[in-house]
Parts: sequence; structure tokens; C-alpha cells
Amino acid sequence: MHELGVVFYIIKDVKAVAEENHVEHVSTVVMDIGEVSTVVPHLLTDCWRWAADKEDLLKGCEMKINTIPAVTWCDGCKKEYETVKFGKTCPHCNSDNTWLIRGNEVEINSIIV
Amino acid sequence: MKVKVIEIKKSVFAENEKDADALRNELKNKGVYLLNLMSSPGSGKTTTLIQTLNRIKDKVRVAVMEADIDSDVDAVKIKEATGVSSIQLHTGGMCHLDAEMTRQGLDNVALADVDLVVLENVGNLVCPAEFDTGAVRNAMILSVPEGDDKPLKYPLMFTVCDLVLINKMDVAPYFDFDLERCKNNIHQRNPKAKIIPISAKTGEGVDAFADWLLNEVHTWKNS
Ligand SMILES: Nc1nc2c(ncn2[C@@H]2O[C@H](COP(=O)(O)OP(=O)(O)OP(=O)(O)O)[C@@H](O)[C@H]2O)c(=O)[nH]1
Ligand SMILES: [Mg+2]
Ligand SMILES: [Zn+2]
Repeated sequence: MHELGVVFYIIKDVKAVAEENHVEHVSTVVMDIGEVSTVVPHLLTDCWRWAADKEDLLKGCEMKINTIPAVTWCDGCKKEYETVKFGKTCPHCNSDNTWLIRGNEVEINSIIV
Repeated sequence: MKVKVIEIKKSVFAENEKDADALRNELKNKGVYLLNLMSSPGSGKTTTLIQTLNRIKDKVRVAVMEADIDSDVDAVKIKEATGVSSIQLHTGGMCHLDAEMTRQGLDNVALADVDLVVLENVGNLVCPAEFDTGAVRNAMILSVPEGDDKPLKYPLMFTVCDLVLINKMDVAPYFDFDLERCKNNIHQRNPKAKIIPISAKTGEGVDAFADWLLNEVHTWKNS
């Protein structure tokens, strides 16, 4: 829902990195987005297209998204399982004492210049 | 043209978290406690605030910041119903407040004259959870008509909240709302969350929230 807000943060960060590296144009921004993060990939790329084209540095710059699968750790049986399939309750031992260890990332992985 | 990859590997929210920590520190030095109040639209943030402010305004110096996409109804309502000074913050279309926007809002509050600022965040259970505002504590309101399974659907919101108010308890008999199940669902997400059932309409439970808040401000100022 806040994809546009997220896009503005990405632009800010990318601009800073570009400046540090004396880059004049960025052709691709690569994102790592967790499967259970609050960001919807296709909305993010839509917002990105709209906002990025307003910046000289980012005109036509593509956004690539790597999806990070969500994994939950069970404290009950010390095993991992797929979050999206099983949710909060461990499929191995039925425990609710479980914690998301991966899958809510909203990260800039890299830029290609 | 040579292609080059520059690694960044950085959370999009990292910058905001730094801003938020800095703001929290500044507020600590000024002796101002900031509470971030979140909920879905219409859960009763403004009504609850009015009830609460009338109970605490003689005991603590308090101001309110109302964040809305584009209106000032709530700020006017608060001022009329409680006499407490309240300012309206427009988010310019954004679905949440971040630390920078919160700081800009606080620039319009006479911080030297207050101990407590309550921020009514934009009505939304997804986005505000992701952005640390710099508040000392996060509280949220879940209202009975929304259902007792909300904590399962919006886990992040319930994970970041220190306090959950369950509002509109007066209408619980008309909904299929199970308070115990709701509490369990919240604690499954966040075992440390404090939960207070209230009705902003009848005033039930509001004293408990008011006491919690006064105690929080007092403890924090003396820590
Ligand atoms: N029955 C009942 N109605 C309530 C209660 N609290 C609030 N309401 C009603 O719910 C509606 C919304 O309340 P508000 O206080 O405006 O909610 P809000 O969260 O500030 O709404 P937004 O700022 O628009 O997101 C109003 O019609 C209130 O009168 C309650 O405890 N019981
Ligand atoms: Mg309101
Ligand atoms: Zn297990």
C-alpha cells in the first residue's frame, strides 16, 4: 500500500550512492523483496516507472525484483519451514512458538550503471 | 559503454530508522514523550483521544498532532471537545508518517510547554507499521467490528505495538467477537503487548488507558 513512499526512499538512497560513485545514469535497480513483506512487487514497479522517469539520473531505469522466499524457524522442534504454506503453526510439531527468519526484506540489492 | 554493478544491500527503511532514533533522543533531552497511535480508518482514534484527554489534561501538559491525508476535521474536533491544543499535519497523499514528517509536525508544537504529544497516525494497518516515527511507544486501536482475527492478517502492526486498545466493546454482543480469542491472536504475534478493552462511547476501560499513559510519561521522564 505504501509502494510510492518506498519508491521515494529508494530514489533517495540510489541518488546518494550514484553521487558517491560519480555515476551519471543508472540503468537498473535490483531489489530484494521478501515474500511476506508489505510491498507488492507489481505496484512497486508501477510507482517506480512513474517516479523514476522524473529524474535525469533514473530516466528509463529498470527495476528488477528478486523475490526472497519466506522461512519460519520453529523454537519447538528447531526446524525451518515455508511460511507461506504453513503460517504461524509449525507443520512438524504443531508449535506456535515460531519466528519469521527470512521473507520480510525490502532491500536495495544493487544498481547497474 | 561499460556495465558496472554497485552493491548496496541496504534496507529501504534503514535511513528512516536512523532519523527516528535521532528524533527520539532529541525528544528525550527535551523531556517530551511521544505516543504514536495507529488503527484502521474509523476504529475510534479521535473519539478515544477525546475521552482520554479529558481525563489527563489536568495532570499532564499535553498536545495532539493529527495526521490526515487532506482534512482538518479531527484537529478541530479535538480542540472543541477538550480544549487541548492540536495541530493538523497533512501527509500530502502519503499513507503513513515517517520520522522526518513527524519532526516537521513537531516544529509547530511548543515543545517547551508539553510533557506528552499524542500523534494520531493515518488510518491504515499496513504502512504506518513499517515506518518508525520516533515515538517512545506505539499503540493501536482494534475495534470490535473489524473482527478478532485482524492480528493474524496484519501481523507486523501487532508486532510493533506496545499497547493494543480493543475499542467499541459496547457493541461486542452484536458481533461474533471473542475477546479471549482476540487476545490470544495478539499475544501469538507479540507476547509482550499490553491489551486494554475499552469503549470510547461509554467510557469503559478508558481510565485504565489514561492511567497507563500517565504512568508511562512519568516513568520515562524520570528514567
Ligand atoms: N459504538 C461505538 N462507536 C464508536 C466507539 N468509538 C468510536 N465510535 C464511532 O466510530 C466512528 C469513528 O470514530 P473516530 O473516532 O472518528 O475514528 P478514527 O479512528 O479517528 O477515524 P479516522 O480518523 O477517520 O481514521 C464514529 O462514528 C464514532 O462515534 C465506541 O466505543 N463504540
Ligand atoms: Mg480520526
Ligand atoms: Zn516445530
